[in-house]
Amino acid sequence: MNTPTYQQLAGQPVGQQVKIQGFSLPDAVRLRLLEMGLTEGAECSVVRYAPLGDPIEVKIRGYFLSLRQDEAKGILVGRAE
Amino acid sequence: MKTPRQHRAAERVAFPNQDGSSAKVASKPNDARVCTIAIAGNPNSGKSTLFNALTGLRQKVGNYPGVTVEKKVGRFFGSHGEPMDLLDLPGTYSLQARSPDEAVARDVLLGRRQDTPAPDLVLCVVDATNLERNLYFVAQLAELGLPMVVALVMIDLAERDGWSINAVELSRRLGCPVIPTVAANGKGLVELRQAITRQLHGSPPHRATLPPAIETAASLVQNVLAKGEGAWSEFPAAEAILLVSGTQEQADAAPAAIQSTLGLARDSIKTAGVDAISATVHARYKWVETIVEHSVRTRRGPQAALSERLDEVFTHKIWGWLVFLGVMATVFFMIFRVAELPMGWIEAGQKALNRWIESGLPASDFRDLLSNGIIAGVGGVVIFLPQILILFFFIGLLEDTGYLARAAFIMDRVMSRVGLHGKSFVPMLSSFACAIPGIMGARTIDNSKDRLVTILVAPLLSCSARLPVYSLMIAVMLPATFNAWKKAGLMLGLYALGMIAAFGMAWLFRRTLFRGERSLLLLEMPPYRCPSLRVTLARMWERASLFLRQAGTVILAISVIIWALSTYPKPANPAATPSQALASSAAGRLGHLIEPVIAPLGYDWKIGIGIISSFAAREVFVGTMSVIYSIENGEENTPALRDAMLAERNRDGASTYTPLACLSLMVFYVLAMQCLSTLAVVRRETNSWRWPAFQFAYMALLAWAGAFLVFQGGRLLGLG
Repeated sequence: MNTPTYQQLAGQPVGQQVKIQGFSLPDAVRLRLLEMGLTEGAECSVVRYAPLGDPIEVKIRGYFLSLRQDEAKGILVGRAE
Repeated sequence: MKTPRQHRAAERVAFPNQDGSSAKVASKPNDARVCTIAIAGNPNSGKSTLFNALTGLRQKVGNYPGVTVEKKVGRFFGSHGEPMDLLDLPGTYSLQARSPDEAVARDVLLGRRQDTPAPDLVLCVVDATNLERNLYFVAQLAELGLPMVVALVMIDLAERDGWSINAVELSRRLGCPVIPTVAANGKGLVELRQAITRQLHGSPPHRATLPPAIETAASLVQNVLAKGEGAWSEFPAAEAILLVSGTQEQADAAPAAIQSTLGLARDSIKTAGVDAISATVHARYKWVETIVEHSVRTRRGPQAALSERLDEVFTHKIWGWLVFLGVMATVFFMIFRVAELPMGWIEAGQKALNRWIESGLPASDFRDLLSNGIIAGVGGVVIFLPQILILFFFIGLLEDTGYLARAAFIMDRVMSRVGLHGKSFVPMLSSFACAIPGIMGARTIDNSKDRLVTILVAPLLSCSARLPVYSLMIAVMLPATFNAWKKAGLMLGLYALGMIAAFGMAWLFRRTLFRGERSLLLLEMPPYRCPSLRVTLARMWERASLFLRQAGTVILAISVIIWALSTYPKPANPAATPSQALASSAAGRLGHLIEPVIAPLGYDWKIGIGIISSFAAREVFVGTMSVIYSIENGEENTPALRDAMLAERNRDGASTYTPLACLSLMVFYVLAMQCLSTLAVVRRETNSWRWPAFQFAYMALLAWAGAFLVFQGGRLLGLG
């Protein structure tokens, strides 16, 4: 990666492999997301958006996790090499 | 080195429990005591299945005092026949607890609960299909320093998915026995028993090394905790790591005596330029990644693809909703149609029992209490059992197949619009059968605001006890000439009114009483699995018996009270008819007493008696009306009761049951909280009388206002 341009996890196209770079979320939420395996440097991808657009389903560490747009907007990602 | 248990003697301030009360140390005799083994693991990891397989029927289900979390203890025997207590903890992702369930698991594991001895060994259940996240919790549990045994479950599924797990290598790297186990066919249970027996006196497993700044800070806090001066902990090392690596709010909640040390420790981490929250989790995951890298080989399997293909349909923009509606329609059909048959048998049995008592005993108050108080009361609970069993069976089935997570996934947006949660959806669904299992089901919601709002609005959804009342009032309102479609439409309208009221009130509560940002939704989407009928049936029965115990005793007591109110005082004239006797009883007088309040709604004092008697269970209304209008066997004989009600005239000669009055009464029954058993369960679930009192008040107000609007509004429009 040349210049780190961080994007939100929310809005990523389905199937796009991304790497988690950081969070802009309250500590308590960040702690739980980290513990669920969404650690900085981990690769994940959006699997699908719910029929009404929210929540979104993410594949992380070999399992599937749904979270709301509010949280997904606070997860900063970059393209995975 | 001293063990933590030798630090008991000094006087200490212990860590606060979830409910804020302070837990004292449970004393444990040193010799010949029964060891306690805690089963811990992530939610949906198959913990309870393993627990059942290890304990068989030797188990007790109760509640942890102060919180409504189920406490399951079972007897288990080591390989030399030594008895041990096996404790099935609620599913947990982390010791940094977020929900009441997780807080209980954390408190038990850290030995903070007075009512539960600290574990001697942790049996950690690890789902082989989701190894990294499950091992993260193992990494955290390893910090306790307790002997540990890992039961590796669902290894057959993992192999089918293309994972090949080397349990020996895993065991070597974790530093504790790892036993591949299939609870369903008993594979690995003997080895597990041996490993537990051996490991009870074994050494603790390896653990992840945290960044130096965090380890140093944690040992600083640990020293203070281990000295037991002012603050004390059973597992000071693990407690210290939690405190230095948790959020500021968690640190602020720690005992005052360690605050200064804790503050210094946390500052030292910050000064070192380390983000404690992120670095700790990171170090544990790195440790896990290395272990997985060396003990797991992958090749892509076909099974995961099937699950993903199913999701293409079940969460599709159009098919998803159709499947959802189809599933709901099936559940409703089963609850309301298929349950009718066994409900008929129960009713017939109850009548036969009553006849038998009436033929065997001379007429007396005692016989009356037996048949109209106790048998009617018990019958009032048992009659709902078929519906409750079917409901729990389907919820269990949907849970085990993995569909429930998908339903919550597509419904969350709808529910969160009104401030509810995707997980509120099951409690709301249950409430159509009965609000009590719905309210008990709200335990799975981790956010307390979401949970309270769900509990507060659940009884607005029309439960099946309202059905007999709706049927009777629709029959009175729309005489036989009206076609069945109009009646069905009216019935549907009543259900819709309940739903609109529930969502509306949820929205209102979220904007007034329970303001705050939307809560966190983290929903694991498990792969679809073929459920085991035995497991589903066992859980159905477990939940149903909880319902029987929670609701049964209350409904029985209330039925006896309502019976007494409608029997005493006796009429002065011994030849009085049952309807005259009822009029002169306490209930009858209460009916007269509340008449001024309900008159604007179009009701007379006789309906008042019906409303009062409905507090035992709403369907009692029909029976009470039968007594008032002296109809024999009223429940069976709705046409006779309907005609008697239609013939009823006010003092001024006008019909009492005008269509408008009937509608007003139905609206009242949709919205009013006429169920003391529900209130009793709400009290138990919220741990205070405040919420049931508030719930009763707001629903009474809503019902009165709704009925008033219908009746007076209708009259203004000239419909009366």
